[in-house]
Amino acid sequence: MPELPVAGKIITAQNLVKRYNGKAVVDGIDFHVHRGECFGILGPNGAGKTTTVRMIYGLSPISDGELMVLDMDANRCSREIRKQLGVVSQDNNLDPDLTVWENLVMFARYYGLQPAHIREHLQKLLTLMDLANRSHTRVETLSGGMKRRLAIARSLINNPALLILDEPTTGLDPQARHLVWQQLRSIKKQKITILLTTHYLEEATKLCDRLIIMDHGRILDEGTPPELVEKHVGPEVLELGLKEDPARWQESIISRYPKLLKDSWLLGNTLYLYTNHGGKLLQEIQEITPPCQYHLLRATTLEDVFLKLTGKELGATDVE
Amino acid sequence: MWNKLRSLFFRPEISLRFLLVLRRNLLVYSKFWRSSMMFNFIEPMLYLAALGLGLGIYIPEIEGMSYLEFIAPGILVSSTMWATSFECTYGSFIRLQVQKSYHAIITTPVSLDEVVLGDIAFGVFKSILYGSVILLVISMLGLVASPMALLVPLVLLLSGLVFAQLSMIWTSLAPNFEIFAYYFTLFLTPMFLFSGIFFPLENLPLIAQRLAWLTPLFHTVELCRGLVSGQMPTLYLANLLALFIFAVVLFLPPLILMRRRLVQ
Repeated sequence: MPELPVAGKIITAQNLVKRYNGKAVVDGIDFHVHRGECFGILGPNGAGKTTTVRMIYGLSPISDGELMVLDMDANRCSREIRKQLGVVSQDNNLDPDLTVWENLVMFARYYGLQPAHIREHLQKLLTLMDLANRSHTRVETLSGGMKRRLAIARSLINNPALLILDEPTTGLDPQARHLVWQQLRSIKKQKITILLTTHYLEEATKLCDRLIIMDHGRILDEGTPPELVEKHVGPEVLELGLKEDPARWQESIISRYPKLLKDSWLLGNTLYLYTNHGGKLLQEIQEITPPCQYHLLRATTLEDVFLKLTGKELGATDVE
Repeated sequence: MWNKLRSLFFRPEISLRFLLVLRRNLLVYSKFWRSSMMFNFIEPMLYLAALGLGLGIYIPEIEGMSYLEFIAPGILVSSTMWATSFECTYGSFIRLQVQKSYHAIITTPVSLDEVVLGDIAFGVFKSILYGSVILLVISMLGLVASPMALLVPLVLLLSGLVFAQLSMIWTSLAPNFEIFAYYFTLFLTPMFLFSGIFFPLENLPLIAQRLAWLTPLFHTVELCRGLVSGQMPTLYLANLLALFIFAVVLFLPPLILMRRRLVQ
């Protein structure tokens, strides 16, 4: 017997599994998304993020386990679920031959809405996404950032109970990405429940209230961004770009300053020293003068957490 | 186990929402119809001119008609076949693979089955539209003998459905654009040449005649030539029935195959 859905939970995944040809791409994950929060799934490409999202909107039948979305079984009630979803998928899938306005109108119809009745709502969405003066432009001629913003506007047409953003800024240049983030923050203020997948740590930090880190179809950890940073790496990290003998230097620094160090990690020639006492550690290390190309004391980010949990950099599997 | 059992039974998810997909296609088409129509119109006229007027001089008459009269209904039918087939191969494949329109639509309450049906309906629309325009033109050229010709669009609805379904099957299996050339060269072109458009099949070996019966184009040509000339073929009910059977048998395969491609 499936457990009854817990009130206030928009998504409940229990031991969720997805196999392709016997290979588990999502390998028994559990998570909840609460009403009104922005929940992130962070992980490199191939971690199983998009597959998880596809299961939520019914494009990928569940192999095992249970997935309840809006109190409905994702395998059986896909259409009912989709009525209440907004989806911005990874690929740009707007209608290039239609205008901005026509794109919204067609989508409104797919949701069973009469465009004439929701004219104001559509106009408000365009204004929100900073596209109000583009409504008669053909989509083909929009910039990448504008297309992405239109896709977001399109996903809000039906006032979704759950907004799914699958890598919403992948492929955008930094400027366009920041603009999209700004707009996503204003959407967040309206207390829409958001599920965001991303491999940009900055994005996860800026937008997510809570997140899971995934790799190889499994969840490595779960928490708020500050919690995860605090738990795994502490507040600061000292990066040393060593010229020679990185392993030997790592060893000697660990044995010399056991109290100042929380943890350390060596990637190539770069030694990461996680610490609660950055200033003091830097001072001490400068005295023993290791042969450094550079040294950098900075606040830790989710990237450091990820590096530690997976033993690799996110960028390493990035195939943009 | 339960999921496996369930997946053996295919239950299409179909509602009138497929009309929304048709509407989307019509909206896009409303921007390009002039150039698209021209292209589909010039070709049959070239065939009529070259074969009907050029070659036709050497052919006194076939089945009591001038050669031009004989080929005109067949040319009409074949050009609807080409139009529908292009739409539901290249056209649908662009929406599927390049523009990812299918992916976008199936995140809404519209189902994949309805998207595929919407594209098939658009193929049917083109069949009827182009056929009707050419019918108008050949009637102005004095090549239509009977008012029964007004029923031609009904036949084109049925044949358009069959050609759209066949094309959609190919599209749902196609890995790339190149593969459509095989469909056109190995399937449509032989059908075009040996379905009684340019010559009656009676003089061909029996096996070729039997093969023609297995093609939707042959039956469509027979029916339309009968309606245009006013002399219905003796087996016209069988022709009609054959088209019906094609349409019914081919109803589910495109839906199943497209699901296999997109829902994984």
